[in-house]
Amino acid sequence: MKRIPQLLMALGALLLASLFVWPMWKIVLYAPQYPDGVHMHIWINKLGGSTPGTLQNVNILNHYVGMKMIEPDSIAELQYFQYIIMAMIALGLLAALINKRQVFLAWTVLMVILAIAGIYDFYLWEYDYGHSLSDDAPIKIPGASFQPPVFGRKVILNFIAVSLPHIGGYLTGLGMAFGGLAWYLKRKNDRNEKRTFSADVAAAQRV
Amino acid sequence: MKNLMLKKPLLLFALTLLGMSLVTSCGQKGSSAGKGGALGSDAAAATYVAPGEYDAYYAFLSGGFSGQISVYGLPSGRLFKVIPVFSLDPEKGYGFNEETKPLLNTSFGFIPWDDAHHPELSQTNGETDGRWCFINGNNTPRIARIDLTTFETAEIIEIPNSGGNHSSPFTTENTEYVVAGTRFGVPFPQKDVSIDSYAEEFKGALTYISVDKESGNMDVAFQVLLPAFNYDLAHSGKGKSHGWTFFTSYNTELKNTLLEVNASQNDKDFIAAVNWKKAEEYIKQGKFKEMPARYADNEYDESTHTAKSTIKNKVKVLIPEECPGLVYFLPTPKSPHGVDVDPTGEYIVGNGKLSADMSVHSFTKVLKAIENKAFETTIDGVPVLKYEEILAGVVQKPGLGPLHTEFDGKGNAYTTFFISSEVVKWKLGTWEVVDRAPCYYSVGHLMIPGGDSRKPDGKYLVALNKITKDRYLPTGPELTQSAQLYDISGEKMKLLLDFPTIGEPHYAQGIAASKLIERSKKIYPIEENKHPYAALGEKQTKVVREGNTVHVYMTMIRSHFSPDNIEGIKVGDKVYFHVTNLEQDWDTPHGFSVMGARNAELLIMPGQTETLLWEPDRIGVFPFYCTDFCSALHQEMQGYIRVSPANSDVALKWKLGDKASVQ
Repeated sequence: MKRIPQLLMALGALLLASLFVWPMWKIVLYAPQYPDGVHMHIWINKLGGSTPGTLQNVNILNHYVGMKMIEPDSIAELQYFQYIIMAMIALGLLAALINKRQVFLAWTVLMVILAIAGIYDFYLWEYDYGHSLSDDAPIKIPGASFQPPVFGRKVILNFIAVSLPHIGGYLTGLGMAFGGLAWYLKRKNDRNEKRTFSADVAAAQRV
Repeated sequence: MKNLMLKKPLLLFALTLLGMSLVTSCGQKGSSAGKGGALGSDAAAATYVAPGEYDAYYAFLSGGFSGQISVYGLPSGRLFKVIPVFSLDPEKGYGFNEETKPLLNTSFGFIPWDDAHHPELSQTNGETDGRWCFINGNNTPRIARIDLTTFETAEIIEIPNSGGNHSSPFTTENTEYVVAGTRFGVPFPQKDVSIDSYAEEFKGALTYISVDKESGNMDVAFQVLLPAFNYDLAHSGKGKSHGWTFFTSYNTELKNTLLEVNASQNDKDFIAAVNWKKAEEYIKQGKFKEMPARYADNEYDESTHTAKSTIKNKVKVLIPEECPGLVYFLPTPKSPHGVDVDPTGEYIVGNGKLSADMSVHSFTKVLKAIENKAFETTIDGVPVLKYEEILAGVVQKPGLGPLHTEFDGKGNAYTTFFISSEVVKWKLGTWEVVDRAPCYYSVGHLMIPGGDSRKPDGKYLVALNKITKDRYLPTGPELTQSAQLYDISGEKMKLLLDFPTIGEPHYAQGIAASKLIERSKKIYPIEENKHPYAALGEKQTKVVREGNTVHVYMTMIRSHFSPDNIEGIKVGDKVYFHVTNLEQDWDTPHGFSVMGARNAELLIMPGQTETLLWEPDRIGVFPFYCTDFCSALHQEMQGYIRVSPANSDVALKWKLGDKASVQ
């Protein structure tokens, strides 16, 4: 029982590794011609989709309205985000070793900050792609932007765009939750121990 | 409007009269489909597949003299695709582009047409497996294999020492072989002899074509040399009769002129029963003769998107006199057309087309007769079994002109009657006729999905009719043929639908849609494209001159060609447009057509490369464009190629947008 917080912390850290196995986020575009949707996948270190051709297909669709080509090589975050995650896995395991509630809390808070920063960064990229339109776009719609939602559903011309976490994203969220839970349980354990200890001391004194 | 209202009942009345007269004139009784095929509204509901919904079955109908296969959905009768096989298809360049031309090569050279009769699905354990569909070319003896992941012709092999590949390409239980019996006796090997020497000099070869388990590649495994009877149709045994193939024959009289009379004299002709497992043993023991032959084997390679034709010149031949136990003749009345084996493999139905009754043989009795040596005589080393010893039963007076039988897996057989124009349902074992339904008109083959396999799916029956006369709006002297769909799930057959077909639908095959849907390819992965002239990205596009041959490495993607401006071509050049479709999205083909192309256009699937030869004969600037409405900017998908005089020194250059390149 006493080891549960420590195990949760380790497990929470290891869950981040799912980002190297599954995509973090997905944007699905539905249109009459795409009854099954175009499934674009955002990984920690690459962009892809449900088929090898997905990114090309998205770029083809985007070029009609003058959006920039999405070129994974030009997105620096895809290069260094993975190292941050690796570092966070290492730190999480270290935290589990140290096995102190303050360390669990620090790791969780750092993860939350990183996640918020990551999502904000995602928003900025989406804003950039959705608003930087070429002047020679074949199709121009005054005042229109093509920014997909960060989270949820949005109608963009003939498309319905749905943006949601993918497996990697959900598991990372779970990892963060485990970090938080580890801290919470550890705190509870510590308090119980303290109480037991004080009770023991009191009993001893009585004797 | 008022006029129309008045006319309608009159028209209905007239149609009813017509229907009644047809029924009377055909002399049919007890039509289960109602007079003249008048249908209840439940028939409409039974064939209605709502927009966006899928049919339950695929049906592959032969296109007969069109040389194609057409793919329909059942029960709706909707046409999905026409697959060019032994034919040219300028729509997509089949037989015109450099990649598919070799498929139509034969020992006679390029033969772009044939008479395609019998589609046959590959089987595993006697059940259709949805991998390939084979079809025979009757005229220049050939068998084609269609890949059912792409619904395209993947291989065509020529059958040597044959004439009229009609009893073909029926499969064995695990597609070990597809067979090819020659309809016409021919000198073997071919030689210059008097036609009147038919009985002495001519032979009939039954050919076994092996099919590779993995790749499907076909090869002529061996031929069995028999008397020059006319081998009409075939089916291989299944279950207990697995290892055998049965070929019907007519003209056992061995005549070579006025066959309609001369080949209809014998009371009984033969079903040749070939023990192909025994043949394999003889081949292993080396008891074959290697005979000269000349035939083409043409295979399409999906990675290079290109077919290659190989001419082969030898064949292994087994001669029954030297191979006892290889072949037996089963006497069968009278000029049997189809031979059909029931799902258990026990009953061998000979559809004696000139016979009043239908004889059914028992495989168990055949084996017993062989064991007891119950032979009537021996012809060229082939024992003729005693008819009475092998007979399982006779269907008495079922109709006129029986042609083909299929099975529903519930103990019933369904036979088509050409002359009396009907399908007759009868019971295996009791041989009693239980139902009959008229066909409009002159039905040939019939098809129940899996109806010639071990596992028939006895819900629908399709009758394939030769003549339609008044069934549809007239279209001048040439009228369509038709297919008719019956519900056979109940006691009585119920006509549900009839629909026109592409060419004459001889035979057909049906298969549950669920067996094919998941296998169907959506694109060709571009990274697997090994075409020697592919440009796998716009950066690889170029124009290369080699003497007066020019290779254009071109790409297409929504919505432009790269390059789209080409200069430096000269009159008399041979310009090869090697066009790669860079798309990797489902249902995004592009077309390529160039003005003055004397061959065809191209229709290129995502990830595929195809080549069109263009030989400009005049100076000028000629447009090319995409013929398949690909996108919102399809109309802008166009370009120019400039042709200068033969002696001009205009440099070879090309561009897309502002990116110009020069050789």
